[in-house]
Amino acid sequence: MSAPAASSPHRELGLTDPEFELICEQLGRQPNRVELAMFSLLWSEHCAYKHSRKLLRRLPTEGERVVMGPGENAGAVDVGGGYAVAFKVESHNHPSAVEPFEGAATGVGGILRDVFALGARPIAILDSLRFGELGSVRSRHLLDGAVRGIGHYGNSIGVPTVGGEIYFEAPYEHNCLVNAMCVGLARQGDMVRAAAAGVGNAVVLIGASTGRDGIGGASVLASAELGEGDEAKRPTVQIGDPFEESKLLECCLEMLERGLLVSLQDLGAAGLTSSAGEMASAGGVGIDVDVTRVPLREADMEPFEIMVSESQERMLAVVEPERVPEVLAVCEKWQTGAAEVGAVTDSGRVRVLRGAETVGDVPVGALVDGCPLYDLAPTEPEGWIYGNEEVLAERVASAAGPGANPSDPAAILLALLASPSVASKRWAFEQYDSVVGSRTARRPESADAAVLAIPEAGGAIAVSIDGNGRRVACDPYAGTVEAVLECAQNLACAGAEPLGLTNCLNFGNPEKPAPAWQLDRAVAGLADACEALGVPVVGGNVSLYNEGPEGPIYPTPVVAMVGELPDPGGAAPSGFAGEGDAIAMLGPFAPSLPGSELSKLRGELDIGLPGPEVGAVAAACATVREAVRAGVLASAHDVSDGGLACALAEAAIGGGIGCRVDVQPLRDRGCSPEETLFGEGSGGFVVSGEREGLESLADDGIAVLVLGEVGGEAIEIAAGEGSVELPLAEAERAWRSLHALVESV
Amino acid sequence: MARARVLIRPKEGILDPQGKAVERALPALGFEGIEHVRVGRMVELEADDAERLPELCEKLLANPLIEDFEIESIDGGG
Amino acid sequence: MRWGVLQFPGSCDERDALHACGLSGEARLVWHEERDLGGVDAVVIPGGFSYGDYLRAGAIARFSPAMEAVAELAADGGPVLGICNGFQVLCEAGLLPGALLLNDELRFVCRQVELVDDAGERLSIPVKHGEGRYWAPQTMLDEIEAQGQVAFRYAPGQNPNGSARDIAGVRNEAGNVLGLMPHPEHAVDPLTGSTDGLRVFEAIAAARV
Repeated sequence: MSAPAASSPHRELGLTDPEFELICEQLGRQPNRVELAMFSLLWSEHCAYKHSRKLLRRLPTEGERVVMGPGENAGAVDVGGGYAVAFKVESHNHPSAVEPFEGAATGVGGILRDVFALGARPIAILDSLRFGELGSVRSRHLLDGAVRGIGHYGNSIGVPTVGGEIYFEAPYEHNCLVNAMCVGLARQGDMVRAAAAGVGNAVVLIGASTGRDGIGGASVLASAELGEGDEAKRPTVQIGDPFEESKLLECCLEMLERGLLVSLQDLGAAGLTSSAGEMASAGGVGIDVDVTRVPLREADMEPFEIMVSESQERMLAVVEPERVPEVLAVCEKWQTGAAEVGAVTDSGRVRVLRGAETVGDVPVGALVDGCPLYDLAPTEPEGWIYGNEEVLAERVASAAGPGANPSDPAAILLALLASPSVASKRWAFEQYDSVVGSRTARRPESADAAVLAIPEAGGAIAVSIDGNGRRVACDPYAGTVEAVLECAQNLACAGAEPLGLTNCLNFGNPEKPAPAWQLDRAVAGLADACEALGVPVVGGNVSLYNEGPEGPIYPTPVVAMVGELPDPGGAAPSGFAGEGDAIAMLGPFAPSLPGSELSKLRGELDIGLPGPEVGAVAAACATVREAVRAGVLASAHDVSDGGLACALAEAAIGGGIGCRVDVQPLRDRGCSPEETLFGEGSGGFVVSGEREGLESLADDGIAVLVLGEVGGEAIEIAAGEGSVELPLAEAERAWRSLHALVESV
Repeated sequence: MARARVLIRPKEGILDPQGKAVERALPALGFEGIEHVRVGRMVELEADDAERLPELCEKLLANPLIEDFEIESIDGGG
Repeated sequence: MRWGVLQFPGSCDERDALHACGLSGEARLVWHEERDLGGVDAVVIPGGFSYGDYLRAGAIARFSPAMEAVAELAADGGPVLGICNGFQVLCEAGLLPGALLLNDELRFVCRQVELVDDAGERLSIPVKHGEGRYWAPQTMLDEIEAQGQVAFRYAPGQNPNGSARDIAGVRNEAGNVLGLMPHPEHAVDPLTGSTDGLRVFEAIAAARV
């Protein structure tokens, strides 16, 4: 076999020479244009997980409540009553950095399809977003576009967006992160897997017509030379249409309910190629696809374009031949396209036909599983590899007035509350419909987790999505463990017990030693934390190569959990509820400044985090959960960004009442006033309720420090020489300042 | 077949926040001296019978309470 | 009381409306292609993005066969309630005066707001829309107010979209067709919000007796 030419198509498509040779070996010949396009996509990092698959094998994926684990369109857990809750989070980072509105919108569209492909009706969306600092015009543009895009898609399709998080950090300036999560509800009997089955069954393409969306890089394979004005013909941005998806969703759910489908798979990255390939692989069969039968949006598309198009709002179904007319009738009713485009075979190959002519023919195994998996070559970097910028003085002046002293704890608290990563995200979540579907028992910002009633199963679920790239950058192992614990803590505040976890691993270039080390340590942390908490990983996503000219993003594992609770009405609010209630700190909270928001504002970020005591935090979660369910807690709020002072302020603002506390009991653990007020770390719950009730919780061997009481119109925190006294109204003004910051041109 | 283009604009006197937003954004991009921006819609179509176009516009393409419309013919002809 | 809730491709809140109606009677969905409303006493046109809000919100839905039947029911004095997109459809169909335009801040807004009804009573109901700014020419507004057709206004300081004269909902002259932008069907259960929305459905059911 002759060596590939210097600027060969396979290299332009991202395949290495060894990979190309492996393809030739597995095919027994050189691939033609169509086949090369198919391999280049299925063997890409995004589809093949070549640098992460070995690592992901470490994650615990089993549990008695797991109904579907990794490998299916989404994961699912049993919630009782014959019902299952399906959920998954996925990234759409790179498209969102190019066109934030459509990137975020199609990210939502894609994750919705993953969930209803299982037969689960989507009941909630959550999103985790990260941009550069808000001083940058680009970051404001990306934030605005992404929030609009998520709102546009979710609102139009009638699925409530009930939670999420937004962070602003310089390392995301060039590479924003848009991770979208969907939660769905299904009767277990109606659920369907992706595996194609039944030789002779029809393969039906449902939904929108196929155009040139997303072809981008593969356009190098075009048989015609690209002329000057032809750029417009090869868009890389996918355009989403939620109206189309709404019809597709109802159509699919009706077909599944009526038992018309053998299997169903959504078309996402790599379009028809990946769906057909993955369905065939899962089923141990082959699939033939005739491109002349695919409904096209543009007349002169080549076979390779049809096979790799990423046009949105399409699904692939396997249908018994005698049921095809019914399937077409349901699609007709819902005004969504449908075409029989192929068949299931016993060839073990994916064959692409153009009428009678075979234009592509590859073994399923080679396409889907033949890609080599790589080991990382991780090397721990020396010291802090990201920047630092002192902005505290400026932030204090802006939040507390030009005369304020940057050493005054009250002024620091205002600066932290006004810090965009900490501040209220109401500007964003008011652009999302959070009530459609009538299940939302806790709307955004009212409790630490979103709560959705599931009357069908006799109870409710709570959902939270969390991550902190900066702390993971300080210590990838400990930071990731903290993210998992944060999620569990949020669920505990709602009275929920975790059933399963999904995650999106957003990292830099895995071929470089530092990001490789970060990824390796983060996955180890994720595995250990899930193991210790007994929470299985039921699915997830990996997004690598998030690097710009300044270097990689913060290593950002985003984790999301779904938990169950018996009574949605019992989920505790985050805000203080009653004048005179006692306030306590519950849990093994041992705050420190490394990795904290204050440390960031001071420009003092560095490597190193004290590791959390997972066992003790887990025990505290259990105590809080039981106490919430028993009605002992009037409010519960976990301590995270900005530390205890911010948590107290948020609880006061949320409840509309002030507080008077003395943090000496916490200082007795050995923390300075500043660490006590603004230090961060796992295991802190700010709870309120009747004093005897709170104190009784300590009987479990759990630390409960009564700090003070709810009341007044100010936030008063006695902390020795670092005390704070801040009018509630001022604290609220600072905490709600994101709106003004974003809308200023 | 007559090809036509229908331009639909918000009526004068109605607040047009899209037009205002565009107008406000222009100076920051280096465009001075632009005013009275109004944002509307454009529909292109081919019709067997151009006579019925005004009726089509009144009934569906525009909402006469809040919008004005103008029909342009694309290729020659009245 | 038998309620019919219309369902178009792109409707979002029809099941929520179905549930809310069911609390004061029997309720069923009516597919947009049905010309026969099946003997319902009252019709609800729910919220959502019928036909993707293509062209203008409600512009296409108003031509559906079911809407022809609704127009007949309305002409006969039957109660018709349009919520959010439903309000838009009724205005496009000419069954209610005025039009709904883009929110003045150009953003979708989902928020619990206080309304004041024509008896001066307050209700807490969520709004969630991008095109909810009520508008009519000044003379039409004067007429609507003079004839007592303003059914709901946003409480002072709570206007979320720049609606003229804080108008959140209007009736037709005969009083049997009501349209409002806020969503009473999302205010019928203490678990998920306030229960003030029940009053809207109960008032229609009571007037029927």
